[in-house]
Amino acid sequence: MSANLTASSDLPLEYQSEQSKMNILGFWIFLGAEIVLFATLFGVYGVLAERHAGGPTQQDIFVIKDVLIQTVLLLTSSFTCGIAIFEMRRNRLKGLITWLVITLLLGGGFLFMEINEFIHYVHEGAALQTSAFTSSLLVLLGTHGAHVALGIGWAILIIMQLLKRGLTTETTRKTFIIGLYWHFLDVVWIFIFTFVYLEGLVG
Amino acid sequence: MSSNAEKGFPISHVVGFLISLILTFAAAWIALKTTLSIKVIMWIIGSLAVFQAGLQLVMFMHMTEGEDGKVNIINITYGAFMAAVIVLGSIWVLTSGHAAH
Repeated sequence: MSANLTASSDLPLEYQSEQSKMNILGFWIFLGAEIVLFATLFGVYGVLAERHAGGPTQQDIFVIKDVLIQTVLLLTSSFTCGIAIFEMRRNRLKGLITWLVITLLLGGGFLFMEINEFIHYVHEGAALQTSAFTSSLLVLLGTHGAHVALGIGWAILIIMQLLKRGLTTETTRKTFIIGLYWHFLDVVWIFIFTFVYLEGLVG
Repeated sequence: MSSNAEKGFPISHVVGFLISLILTFAAAWIALKTTLSIKVIMWIIGSLAVFQAGLQLVMFMHMTEGEDGKVNIINITYGAFMAAVIVLGSIWVLTSGHAAH
């Protein structure tokens, strides 16, 4: 493992092959497209948020305590994911995997909260087809939640590769990329927290 | 590389995490516990959100590092610009524009 690190310059391992550089750049471009995907959903919600069709409003269904718990879970998981990459760059496989597992547990906790939130909404009479507000809300939240669920599955596969192959130019690149993806989900959540939940509870 | 500056302790991650937590709770407090007008509140917490997103991109995602750092910045800035056009443009055309008539 350490032989790889001395191979070239002081670049981290995940940047040491041309292929890896291109993959990481490519993933950043994908994230640019993801920004636009979520922007369309935010745009729809922004336009339709006040169309309640006689159904529940934001203030009827949002529970600020649960939202804050979700936010802290996801924010902390983004932090632990950063620590995982930090450990990877110190060439510590064990630390990397430990922090990745913690990240996934926090992500799983977030998902658990979100599923309960959706069940709560349906019980409150705010289902996908209730009003333009609930449709646009649940599509936005659901798209984000689906990304988190996908990220958990993806990260489990990466952890299996790390256990099998250790830290190579390939596994570090893959780990760095899932890290970017995970942080990005937290970035999206910041805007959901602010412009869906907080704005909904203020207005 | 920024990673060389911090061999033993991930100081920038810890600082980024603490600032993010403070920004999150500050936004919640301003939104729910103050009596400012909705417009003022949204401008403040909207700015906090943009700031916190930038923090994540630079401190956690290392957006600016590597040979492609500049390309990343241009790419994400363009993505953010498109997002603003889509969201604000849609709301402007479909809400305010409609109300003017």
